[in-house]
Amino acid sequence: MSDLIDDPVPGQNEPEYSVTEISNAIKRVIEGEFGHVRIRGEVGRVSRPRSGHVYLDLKDEKSVLNGVIWKGVASRLAVQPEEGMEVVATGRMTTFGGQSRYQIVIEDIKPAGMGALMAMLEKRKQQLAAEGLFAPERKKKLPYLPEVIGVITSPSGAVIRDILHRLRDRFPRKVLIWPVAVQGERCAPEVARAIAGFNALEPGGRIPRPDLLIVARGGGSIEDLWGFNEEIVARAAAASDIPLISAVGHETDTTLIDYVADKRAPTPTAAAELAVPVRLELLTWVEGQGGRMTHALGQGIAARGQRLRDLSRALPRAETLLDGPRQRLDRASDRLPAALTTGVQRRKVRLSEVSGSLRPSVLSRQLAQDRHRLDVALQRLATGLSQAIERKREALGRRADRLSPAPILREINQKSERLQGLARRLSDAARRQSDERRQRVEALDRLRETLGYKATLQRGYAVVRGDDGVLTTKAAAEQSPPREIEFADGRLKLGAVSKVRRAGKSEEPPEQGTLF
Amino acid sequence: MSDRPVSEMSFEEAMAELEQVVGQLERGDVALDESIKLYERGAELKKRCEAKLKEAEEKVAAITLDGEGNPAGLKPVEGL
Repeated sequence: MSDLIDDPVPGQNEPEYSVTEISNAIKRVIEGEFGHVRIRGEVGRVSRPRSGHVYLDLKDEKSVLNGVIWKGVASRLAVQPEEGMEVVATGRMTTFGGQSRYQIVIEDIKPAGMGALMAMLEKRKQQLAAEGLFAPERKKKLPYLPEVIGVITSPSGAVIRDILHRLRDRFPRKVLIWPVAVQGERCAPEVARAIAGFNALEPGGRIPRPDLLIVARGGGSIEDLWGFNEEIVARAAAASDIPLISAVGHETDTTLIDYVADKRAPTPTAAAELAVPVRLELLTWVEGQGGRMTHALGQGIAARGQRLRDLSRALPRAETLLDGPRQRLDRASDRLPAALTTGVQRRKVRLSEVSGSLRPSVLSRQLAQDRHRLDVALQRLATGLSQAIERKREALGRRADRLSPAPILREINQKSERLQGLARRLSDAARRQSDERRQRVEALDRLRETLGYKATLQRGYAVVRGDDGVLTTKAAAEQSPPREIEFADGRLKLGAVSKVRRAGKSEEPPEQGTLF
Repeated sequence: MSDRPVSEMSFEEAMAELEQVVGQLERGDVALDESIKLYERGAELKKRCEAKLKEAEEKVAAITLDGEGNPAGLKPVEGL
């Protein structure tokens, strides 16, 4: 038979499937055999389309398994799968006949033990720390007394009650609660949204903007608290302009938001304590300050009064102040008349002393002395003058001696020699120039002679002239009879001499002229 | 002593200045006129602090959210 087509052969009774039949058969086998499996592996690529379903790969070193988490399951997961996470997935295997593929429908997926979860958290923490989100200098100072406190937490439950109670005890304030889910898949996005939402409120708007935020949640398992480890929550807290206190879980639980918050409270109650001071203490303090102030002022006034009294006691009486000066005045006025008399007496004595030595003889002696000094000076004046004239004259003579015509004559000679030389050079140059010109004229003349017709005459030619000048053609000679022939040695006039032979001779070239 | 009107001050600001005023008065190195002015300022600050402390009242409200998760309004909360 032909091998080209499938032809039923007698005895061959294997059933024949259609593709769908075999596909369905495989599906039954696989779903029957692997209706409930637990698979451990690393999460590969994760995609989250808008449908809400989650598609992901599970893989180990050698194989890859496609998986799907339906929307309803995904929203219940405490920890969302992330690429690189070591997980244990529970679910059922199924096939996808349309593409000849098999996959797992995941009903639950969890990190493979604490180790895997913590490793992932650690990685996230390091990344945020590297970005500087935990830096102490980023931390904002909490307001001393916030007017409005925003609390992000579950609206029901012990946490909000604890916070409100403690606030009431310490300092009742306005509190705004932003209700959020504090566990499960909705937790992280809602918390992040609430932080951003409080920040987005306008100051003075319809909803008052808090000046302090508290993000709070009671204790729970690490999975319960997991939402506060999500990156979006940490980033929202870091981006908050309003100072933020985190109070998540018990003191021993530390979540990612605690690192980013401006203050971390171990419990919700502690958060309320960080948020506000104690009102009664402050009232006491203010009272105390008032007391201190009054006391200080009174103290100041009392001290000044005391000092004033002390000083005024030390002030002397007015009468005593004048005693001394008065005594001085008395003493002085006692001594005044006597002092006056003695003063006049003393001057009188001195006058008589001076006037005693004043006599004419003293004056005339002085006069004689002065006259003598004048005479001596006059004599010295005359001699001094003539000596000075003599000295000047000598100096003039010396200078005149030094003055002689020789250098001037020498200079005149030099200059006239130079003049003569220059004149000589000038006439030489002129002569030379005129000689050169004469020679050139002679040379040109010689050239002219050689080029002129006279030299041709020397070689035996002649020039025939008619009435109108030189005749050079026969036709011209017939028109105007030749009148003159010029030879080298002179001109022959033809006029009267050759009238007879005029017709024959008029045409003759000068050469023929020699014949007669 | 700052020139800021006391009525505009927050509790914390008033408190800080009051503390400063008391300190200055207690040191006693201010002139008498000045210290009387300081005292008056301090009395004002004290009044401001007391007013702020007396204002303390509890008012708790929860934010109501619209369908898109944006704040829509306030709802008083009681009994917590």
